[in-house]
Amino acid sequence: MRNKLISLLRQNARLSNEQLAIMLGTTEAAVAAEIRALEKQGVIMGYSAIVNEEKIDEDKVTAIIELRVTPQKDCGFDEIAKLVAQYDEVDKVSLMAGAYDLAVTVKGDNVKDIAMFVYQKLATLSGVLSTATHFVLKTYKDKGILIETEEKDEREFIMP
Amino acid sequence: MINYDSVLSDKVKEMKPSGIRKFFDLAANTEGVISLGVGEPDFQTPWLVRKTALDALERKRMIYSANQGLGELRSEISKYLLRKYNLRYDPKSEVVVTVGGSEAIDLAIRALVNPGDEVLIVEPCFVCYKPIVELMHGVAVTIPTKQENRFKLTADELRAHLTDKTKMLILPYPNNPTGGIMTREDLEAIAEVLRDTDVLVLSDEIYSELTYGRKHCSIAEIEGMHERTIYVSGFSKAFAMTGWRLGYLCAPEPIAAQMLKIHQYAIMCAPTMSQYAAIVAIRDCDKEVQKMVDEYNTRRRILVDGFNRIGLTCFEPEGAFYVFPCIKSTGMTSEEFCAKLLEEEKVAVVPGNAFGASGEGFVRVSYAYSLKHLMQALECIERFVKRHTGGDK
Repeated sequence: MRNKLISLLRQNARLSNEQLAIMLGTTEAAVAAEIRALEKQGVIMGYSAIVNEEKIDEDKVTAIIELRVTPQKDCGFDEIAKLVAQYDEVDKVSLMAGAYDLAVTVKGDNVKDIAMFVYQKLATLSGVLSTATHFVLKTYKDKGILIETEEKDEREFIMP
Repeated sequence: MINYDSVLSDKVKEMKPSGIRKFFDLAANTEGVISLGVGEPDFQTPWLVRKTALDALERKRMIYSANQGLGELRSEISKYLLRKYNLRYDPKSEVVVTVGGSEAIDLAIRALVNPGDEVLIVEPCFVCYKPIVELMHGVAVTIPTKQENRFKLTADELRAHLTDKTKMLILPYPNNPTGGIMTREDLEAIAEVLRDTDVLVLSDEIYSELTYGRKHCSIAEIEGMHERTIYVSGFSKAFAMTGWRLGYLCAPEPIAAQMLKIHQYAIMCAPTMSQYAAIVAIRDCDKEVQKMVDEYNTRRRILVDGFNRIGLTCFEPEGAFYVFPCIKSTGMTSEEFCAKLLEEEKVAVVPGNAFGASGEGFVRVSYAYSLKHLMQALECIERFVKRHTGGDK
């Protein structure tokens, strides 16, 4: 039941325990217990809304910054990654395989904001070798959900 | 000026237009309809299958295939039926690839029915059997099934309709529109009645992949039935390939050979591009199919629970992608219910009597729609029922 429950919550975290129980063919109490367990084990870390950024007034700018860093003795990339993650401007930090080490997603009010964050805060951290900043122009899909491209149902209304 | 009425075939003129047509026009002329009315999957054909068709277009010559269908596809169909349902058909002489399950049904009826032959049709059912039987000057004898039997055909009901003119029984399970299924035990009882007769079974198992909680069993697997069964299935429902128009039929060689003649003259062969794609669908897409079945199952549960909660009693259907709630508690006929629901809440469902007189008092609701869509529609139906049963003013 665990995987199916997670998959349903990923699609819509606002489903009630009652609805989830019906869909999964189990009891409300079992759903509640499983969700509690998932939360306690840190599998589910929180619930958030998927927002179409273009439809809210805030004119935020998002950038993805490639960071090449020097791994440190004993803790490898962890320490610098955690340090980068401390900044409020930072939305997401991932360790990458390939041409660079850390992918950092940053949100700011405007391009200048992000530029300043990169050259004042990120680039100056000890261990950072280089940065490459890419600005996001448009998002088509987020957290598995297609944005603004609600597919039209082309089937007939009624068919035998 | 030609008097068209005098030149047309009498049998064709007698054919009634589908009962759904009228309702379809009504829905098509309403703005913003939330439809629960279709009989086709909302899923996209698996990408692997589409990619295979694209590759075929690039690399292969799109020429007629063998009349019977591509040898490789027939061989995969044969393997699939053995693997899934323990059925043995020789791909060389007992399998014909058709233009959808529909052509397979047409071939089976045309190859077997002589004028005056009685064909037993289990109702409620898909709309095409009766008109084709009558086109062949056969006599369509309907066997109504009941909700209290979960819309299964019982041995007693079958026995009560058998005569010395009975040529064939059309057995459509998992069933459209009820979602009812026949278990192995149910089929054993039917086989018991037919085993010592010359009555053939046209088993339309197009929804066989879509069962919930238990595996589908084919009547052709029951002892003594293989030799008297024409097995019909296709790719539309299981693999979400409705527009590809591909189905197949399997039958003992002497029957298959006759059906193949009609197919040769009337159709030539099923679309070659679809056949290439279908090889991959039937061989490599178990996982994709399972994913769709799981999703349908989730939706099925929410609808069955929803309708029962609203007060439209609904037996738990174990197959296809339809639920068939009873609307008698509203005091309306099926057609009134559907017309009013469309007018007042803009929700389209199909009147049960479109699938035979025994469907009166029920409506067919398809769950080939997203959960979000279904839950929205349920809210509208709940409001509608409360308004019309005095539960809410």
